[in-house]
Amino acid sequence: MDYITTLLVKNGLIVAFLFIGLVCYSADWLSAHLTRNKLPGSAIAIFVGLVLAYVGGTLTGGNKGLADSKPFSGLELMGGPMLRDFAIVSTAMGVSFGVVRKTGLAGVISLFIGVVLTFTCGAIIARCMGYTDARSITTIGAGACTFVVGPVTGAAIGASSDVIANSIAAGLVKSILVTIGTPLVARYIGLNNPATAMIFGGLLGSTSGVAAGLAATDPKLVPYGAMTATFYTGLGCLLCPSVLYLLVKLLIM
Amino acid sequence: MLFRGVALLAGCFIAGQLLGETLGRLIHIDANVGGVGFAMLLLIFAQNWLERRNLLNPQLASGILFWSSMYIPVIVAMSSVQNVRVAVSSGFIALLAGVIPVLICVALVPVLAKSAQKTTL
Repeated sequence: MDYITTLLVKNGLIVAFLFIGLVCYSADWLSAHLTRNKLPGSAIAIFVGLVLAYVGGTLTGGNKGLADSKPFSGLELMGGPMLRDFAIVSTAMGVSFGVVRKTGLAGVISLFIGVVLTFTCGAIIARCMGYTDARSITTIGAGACTFVVGPVTGAAIGASSDVIANSIAAGLVKSILVTIGTPLVARYIGLNNPATAMIFGGLLGSTSGVAAGLAATDPKLVPYGAMTATFYTGLGCLLCPSVLYLLVKLLIM
Repeated sequence: MLFRGVALLAGCFIAGQLLGETLGRLIHIDANVGGVGFAMLLLIFAQNWLERRNLLNPQLASGILFWSSMYIPVIVAMSSVQNVRVAVSSGFIALLAGVIPVLICVALVPVLAKSAQKTTL
């Protein structure tokens, strides 16, 4: 039996193509037969992916979801940042430049509001939950932005490792919530046009969450949301350990 | 011809990532600032430029469109390698800090979208 596992591992990426193909096919089937196309197949497929990640992570105790199980290790390459970003960039093909220019300013404003508001919220929650030092409060607030901003900020200002772990978890919760929640709330917040998608991407950040959430809502909106969301983590890494950290320090003294 | 499209996409991707990485270094943070966004803008410009010169033939475009239809499968793969175990079993504080700001920001989307519409009209 060993040689089968070896074969699967050796051809990891191709195995991932086959496996994801089967997941997408079953998701489309479920969408058509169980929900009469009310829930898009892509939304079901992404949700199934998350469930499989949970199962894989629980069975192996690893941090990479299903990719921790050897035969599925190719999923890490297929779903990793390189191919993800490459595919996101390709969606810009056919984007209307007029919309981007017209909504550009609103997108930038929503980015700043998104980072500052999310940070403030996270910081207040950290304070209410018993953290009293500026370093921990700032790191949790940064983690509420994305799971990259949290550890980058924590490392920059010297937070303890359990606080950093908490901040990563907060960012992960956010990313998964945005992934699952976007198609559910899209109708109620008017998320059906490129301009709103750009504002949505700016306010929520979390490139993976926004990209997956919009893909499940309406794939045509993905490039617009991803375009602003991609600046969010950078802006967060810029503001959290500097201006926002100093503000927290001032407020606590 | 098809592969010229793939190469064009790859060129925009690398140039954009390089720009984002350089920008991150210039402002002294250890992160890529908007690399994907820059790459997307480059691709939009390139596409415009080719269209105006009538060089954008369907075969070249299909090299790029292939990747954009690979997008959802890639996202499904991405979700299957997330650290869901930690997110689900994380403490109460991570849960609150992850959920509440998202709810507030989502509620703000229609407000901002409306005011953006007003200013452009």
